[in-house]
Amino acid sequence: MVGLIGPDGMGKSSLLSLIAGARAIQEGEVEVLGGSMADRRHRGAVCPRIAYMPQGLGKNLYPTLSVEENLQFFARLFGHGEAERRRRIDDLTRSTGLYSFLSRPAGKLSGGMKQKLGLCCALIHDPDLLVLDEPTTGVDPLARAQFWDLIARIRRQHPAMSVIVATAYMDEAQRFDWLVAMDDGGLLATGTPAELLERTKSASLEDAFIALLPAEKKRGHAPVVIPPLAADDTDIAIEARDLTMRFGAFVAVDHVSFRIRRGEIFGFLGSNGCGKTTTMKMLTGLLPASDGQAWLFGREIDSRDIAVRRRVGYMSQGFSLYSELTIRQNLELHARLFDVPAQEIPDRVAEMIDRFGLGAVLDDLPPKLPLGIRQRLSLAVAMVHKPELLILDEPTSGVDPVARDAFWRLLIELSRRDRVTIFISTHFMNEAERCDRMSMMHAGRVLDSDTPARLVERRGAATLEEAFIDYLVEAGGESPADDRLAIEESATPARPQAARRRTFSPQRMLSYMWRETLELRRDPVRSTLALAGSVILLLVMGFGISLDVNDIRYAVLDRDQSSISERYQLDIAGSRYFIEQPPLTGYDDLDRRMRAGDISLAIEIPPGFGRDLLRGHPKPIAAWFDGAMPMRAETVQGYIQGLHQSWLTDQMRAAGVTGAARAGAGSTVSIENRYRYNPDVRSLPAMVPSIIPLLLLMLPAMLAALAVVREKEVGSIINLYVTPVTRTEFLLGKQIPYVGLAMINFAIMVMMAVTLFGVPVKGNFLALAFAALLFCIIATGMGLLASAVTRSQIAVLLLALIGTLIPAVTYGGMIDPVSSLEGSARLFGEVYPASHMFTISRGVFNKALGFRDLAGSFWPLLIAVPVITGASILLLRKQER
Amino acid sequence: MRRTLANIYRLGVKELWSLWRDPMMLVLILFTFTIAIYSAATAMPETLHNASMAIVDEDNSPLSQRIVAAFYPPQFKRPAMITTRAIDPGMDAGDYTFVMHIPTGFQRDVLAGRPAEIQLNTDATRMTQAFTGSSYIQQIALGEVTAFVQGYRGQAAMPVDLELRARFNPTLDKSWFGALAEIINQITMLSIILTGAALIREREHGTVEHLLVMPVTPFEIMSSKVWSMGLVVLLASFLSINLVVRALLDIPVAGSLSLFFAGAALSMFATTSIGIFMATIARNMPQFGMLTVLVLLPLEMLSGSTTPRESMPEVVQNVMLAAPTTHFVELGQAILFRGAGIDVVWPQLLAIVAIGGVFFTIALAQFRRAISEMA
Repeated sequence: MVGLIGPDGMGKSSLLSLIAGARAIQEGEVEVLGGSMADRRHRGAVCPRIAYMPQGLGKNLYPTLSVEENLQFFARLFGHGEAERRRRIDDLTRSTGLYSFLSRPAGKLSGGMKQKLGLCCALIHDPDLLVLDEPTTGVDPLARAQFWDLIARIRRQHPAMSVIVATAYMDEAQRFDWLVAMDDGGLLATGTPAELLERTKSASLEDAFIALLPAEKKRGHAPVVIPPLAADDTDIAIEARDLTMRFGAFVAVDHVSFRIRRGEIFGFLGSNGCGKTTTMKMLTGLLPASDGQAWLFGREIDSRDIAVRRRVGYMSQGFSLYSELTIRQNLELHARLFDVPAQEIPDRVAEMIDRFGLGAVLDDLPPKLPLGIRQRLSLAVAMVHKPELLILDEPTSGVDPVARDAFWRLLIELSRRDRVTIFISTHFMNEAERCDRMSMMHAGRVLDSDTPARLVERRGAATLEEAFIDYLVEAGGESPADDRLAIEESATPARPQAARRRTFSPQRMLSYMWRETLELRRDPVRSTLALAGSVILLLVMGFGISLDVNDIRYAVLDRDQSSISERYQLDIAGSRYFIEQPPLTGYDDLDRRMRAGDISLAIEIPPGFGRDLLRGHPKPIAAWFDGAMPMRAETVQGYIQGLHQSWLTDQMRAAGVTGAARAGAGSTVSIENRYRYNPDVRSLPAMVPSIIPLLLLMLPAMLAALAVVREKEVGSIINLYVTPVTRTEFLLGKQIPYVGLAMINFAIMVMMAVTLFGVPVKGNFLALAFAALLFCIIATGMGLLASAVTRSQIAVLLLALIGTLIPAVTYGGMIDPVSSLEGSARLFGEVYPASHMFTISRGVFNKALGFRDLAGSFWPLLIAVPVITGASILLLRKQER
Repeated sequence: MRRTLANIYRLGVKELWSLWRDPMMLVLILFTFTIAIYSAATAMPETLHNASMAIVDEDNSPLSQRIVAAFYPPQFKRPAMITTRAIDPGMDAGDYTFVMHIPTGFQRDVLAGRPAEIQLNTDATRMTQAFTGSSYIQQIALGEVTAFVQGYRGQAAMPVDLELRARFNPTLDKSWFGALAEIINQITMLSIILTGAALIREREHGTVEHLLVMPVTPFEIMSSKVWSMGLVVLLASFLSINLVVRALLDIPVAGSLSLFFAGAALSMFATTSIGIFMATIARNMPQFGMLTVLVLLPLEMLSGSTTPRESMPEVVQNVMLAAPTTHFVELGQAILFRGAGIDVVWPQLLAIVAIGGVFFTIALAQFRRAISEMA
């Protein structure tokens, strides 16, 4: 059992992920279980023998899936049969005390339970090598103790199993057989814990580690000394009485009461999720308390009370600073917002810079700085308005021991010299020991409050940690598993079919498919988008991309007022395309109404028109139309020309013009125009069949793309890296649910087309459905392709949108037929699958076609399926870089 | 009051800094107001461009050949000469949008003054080309026949002329419409995305709770985002209209730009409020992205900026009256295309102000409620 110790960000996690094969090796060699991890074949062969639990609480788990479902998923990946899975899951959950929580979603477990579940998932396949990356960070001491007991028992069970653990808790490192101390990506020292202590002549591993650090890092490091507190018992800074916070049925904070004196350092000790942060938020007014009261400086807390906010400084978990502002800008902004008088700001900022040692990094952006400096900056920002009370929420998590001590010296100075009251939460025991007084918190309740020394004494314990565990056990926390026997019985190491692992396994694929479906069902925004998205968009586009030109508002400027001019107007008024508006009174009126968009066509009939016509020397009629929308204008132009033509014909017929004259005008020749497929030339029957493929392309591509990139962002992609699942199984498993979903959408959209839009399916529906199926596979495949090359969800969303919508509309023949394109655009249009789907969809909907007529469009789709799927499989990486 | 204004100002300046250091968003702004505008202007499909056509010439006479020769680019691709049997498959596959059928004895009938008929098949599923294309073809073919009969080429003199004059865009140049409509759309899109993203960014970085413990109110936080992001969009669209639209594309703008930007600024009250509202519903950037797709498309497509409102169903038209974009599009088109002044667009301005006020109030209420949950 090997331990890797060292502060965060110093290379422990990277080393472990190399060992587990999750990350690709850049240089050098890693040998695991008798082979190099750079060798793909060896990686494949040993991967079922390694179990890897990445850093972060439940990082490789799926939060919306229940405990049972998570375990089932991992068990299937390793190829266990149904009965075997049941037996293993029951064994593991019984021995870890998770058995009664089988149906609870993983995201709702406490930190300790998440880690146990992570361990169960890692152990489900009897690994030979267990790699644990900071498995107990942020977990309460009792759960931590239970976790290590569990590991110890499992090791007794499988003596051959090796364990590598990384940890930031030096006290845990005491249990390991052999330690590797790391800093800045390099090794500081190796040896057994005893050896390290002896070599550095230190009492504890924490001191030993500091002693091992290179000299320049240690500069200015001195043990933290706490001068005694001279506090006045009647001068109370914070008082809370029965403070309670409920989120629905869940009680996050349960009747918490405490008093903090002015100038005191008061600590909250407890695990993640025990209510520390919530209590602090209630005190700052961020959350209104469900019950109970609290006072700051004797005034009851009111979130609208701006004046109290000026007396409080708050530093939230994770040092939230404006990462786009420089250090100086951050300080100045906060000073201004806290109403520090303008003339004092430069001095105040200079003072903070000096006091917190930020001079060297003034114009840098926070993300570029080491965590320790960011933490100091956060404190400086919280202090810039000289508050009387500081509320610090886990200010030291993730910071190395040297920086932590430096931070504490600052706090002590603030408390003792400036009499600032400090309310701090932590899960480090040695930090809690430095507080003047502290409260132990668990599951929303304060177990006890007093000085650390007295708490230890009261429990008769040797250390604060023991005292805390004692309190936890008494409070009825997760009691150690009483079914210790279970694990003893489960000693049937039936090795799963290791030989078959590289080949395609339908079970693993189905396992991913099943999991993806569950996750999708439990994510409201995504499933809404998936189901309602196409309905909404079909409605919008069906009505929105209407190319019909109807209801053109027009007015007439009739300066003739003869019966002939009236006849002329009647013709227009009778057309279904035009709506008559009150007549125009003159050019000014025409101009004004056209500008206002009131009319888009004006007809001017010249004075004496009727008379001149009868004389045979007619003056021309003028038609003014709004050219602002050129497409509409062209159609209007066409309509009015047509009307004029038919009026002329009528006139001539009435006047009995001779046949010869007609021949001269070419009127014996008629052109009979047949509008095929859509006799009324209406927009909807033309547009709906092409909008359906567009939506079938866009939404499934986006959803499928998100499915993979989400895993990359959340971190569960690690399961692809370290389990035997192949890229093909992974991608196909993720793709199938979305193809199914897309087909449901297809059915809904066709139904809407037929019923709502009145666009019937004239051709062979089966042909359409089959093409839609192929097309959905292609669309989701394109999404997966996009996801293979991107990392962030927002980027893939954009890429999927741009990569599908624009080519489909521009080159795919959505608006202009592919046959009118030229050159490379034409070639692209011919290759791009959407263009063939448009042809099929229009063919079946409008042209009453079937399989045989459309064969030419089916082949390209059939070819595109393996090409796109293959490309995304090839581009997806099986290891992190 | 003075402090409120000062806070709004300072927080807004902070937003501008944040945006300045976010390369993704800067690229997006730059892209939407340059390349996107340019391509929208130049890539607006000509209604009749390269229309694919086939002719079945059974007559094979000088007249029919003359008609065939009359169709040439850029309106039409050179017609494919096919047989009667090839008509249906060709049209079914979408290869030809128009197929003209000239029967045997066509020239003979024309010369003899007997009624002769040419058949034209139009694929009416190609909405963009079907209508204008077929009337073009009819005119061209008839013109050729007349010219053939009269021995010279020329339009037959009509007894009564119809003088057609297109106002505001005499040559019906589509790039005018494309560029200006795109500017209007981009203003809407960016004001929603930028404000929403500004709030989501705070949420993801955990700085929202930071703001809330400071002596600033939700009203100040929201107002600061509205003014700063609105200013960015206004500035970008101002530069775009002057540099891309007027200078580069040489498109005239009819009306007063200051009036247009006044309208844009007012309508941004509403659109940025929509952005804030969406950002309070979405938990993270991806969800915000998905919501944007669902909200932005209807706002843009149904507001009349791409296709005329009067061709939409009555219900849609009425529902869209509640959207700020509808009025903004009307206002923008009136000012930019038709040179309308305040005397014409005041009803739209009023509507925009009213809708903006309502949206801002709703968004602020929702923001107040949601912001405590964000922390």
